[in-house]
Amino acid sequence: MAEKKRITAPLTDEVVQDLKIGDNVLISGTIYTARDAAHKRLVELVDKGEQLPFDVKGQIIYFVGPTPAKPGEVIGSAGPTTSYRMNIYTPRLIAVGQKGMIGKGEMGPEVVAAMKKHKAVYLSAVGGAGALISRAITASEIVAYEDLGAEAIRKLTVKDFPVIVALDCHGGNLYSEGIAKYGVK
Amino acid sequence: MREIKTDAIIDAVRQIAMEAATDLGEDVLAAIENAKKVEESPVGIDILNQIKENARIAATEKAPMCQDTGFAVLFVELGQDVRIVGGDFCEALNEGIRRGYKDGYLRKSVLGDPIERKNTGDNTPAIIHTEIVPGDKLKVTIAPKGGGSENMSEVKMLKPSDGIEGVKEFVVDKVLRSGGNPCPPVVIGVGIGGTFEKCAWLAKKALLRKLGQRHPNKFYADLEVELLEEINKLGIGPQGLGGRTTALDVHVEVFPCHIASLPAAVNTQCHAARHKEIVL
Repeated sequence: MAEKKRITAPLTDEVVQDLKIGDNVLISGTIYTARDAAHKRLVELVDKGEQLPFDVKGQIIYFVGPTPAKPGEVIGSAGPTTSYRMNIYTPRLIAVGQKGMIGKGEMGPEVVAAMKKHKAVYLSAVGGAGALISRAITASEIVAYEDLGAEAIRKLTVKDFPVIVALDCHGGNLYSEGIAKYGVK
Repeated sequence: MREIKTDAIIDAVRQIAMEAATDLGEDVLAAIENAKKVEESPVGIDILNQIKENARIAATEKAPMCQDTGFAVLFVELGQDVRIVGGDFCEALNEGIRRGYKDGYLRKSVLGDPIERKNTGDNTPAIIHTEIVPGDKLKVTIAPKGGGSENMSEVKMLKPSDGIEGVKEFVVDKVLRSGGNPCPPVVIGVGIGGTFEKCAWLAKKALLRKLGQRHPNKFYADLEVELLEEINKLGIGPQGLGGRTTALDVHVEVFPCHIASLPAAVNTQCHAARHKEIVL
């Protein structure tokens, strides 16, 4: 396996610009979770010009709804959910400072355009590997929307969280490149 | 008449709900091992290794292999010589799900109303498909179904003139359009024939078959092999990041249909192809 790049979250433009599709990346630092219902609320706040429940500048948002933690555990299983459902919301958050997304599956052209314009990166985690991924999460705290249960916004502390750069801020797309390389006509 | 108490049904369903979430079947593990032998993409091989390691951790630590522990889909075969005593049969099945998802620390992913979107808090109601069969046994199979792969499923009412080629084109195109969304490598359940709803049911039922086991009719067994080859030529690969392993298997189920119709359905299943059964 190729050498892994280590990055620290939150991200800077310099770190984002250095990431290229196919890079194996280990993330350490702080990331936030949000999926469908939380994104809807965040974007409603952006629309009204109100403050978000956390400072989104430089942040990576992880699309995930974990299983409940067992007694003594930091978090339950916590793999990525499908990202395209956030296509409608993510460009709005990138415009106010979000720098990264972790999910699975391709994101749409509207997201890619925002990523190029504002310098952001899309990272793929392994969908369905929730038990393995949760080992990289060392702390978890609900910071907003507790009423949403699994969909609440959590602040996660991560150490060597494994992802692959799937869409980069230079227009690189590992999904279409993969099909071009491995597809048989 | 043989009597089965609802208390026994509750306990049985609770048990299989918890086991399905943590224990991946030997057939799926073997298929992933085989996929590693043919995969050429280094990223793809790395992902297949992570899936294997994840399954090992899930089984040994009794942790859900995926955070999406699914909508609880139950296939019930109720022997006609069985009498259920002690309460409501469907409520017993739902109570088993309620207890299994609570005691197993599984995620509650069911909303009480599709538009209002408020969580029921206990992962009920289950989706219950019941067949009355000869005998005095009760068989319950749970197939927890994740939302990501279920969203990549479709029913199409083809024309009779579309024929087998139309069915193949629909299935392969559906997998192509799904890309990395349903967590490939996937298992593809295909229903052909019946009515609109029967066809979707066939596609789901096809997912219960063990990987590698072919349809008893040679024509459809060959179709399964051909579809699997065509799908794995797409290049989508593990997680959609490119590679040779897009599907682990394709299962086809068929049923008689109307002279005007050729229904076809694709039910997509992620690599966490979970199911457990119990016989009472």
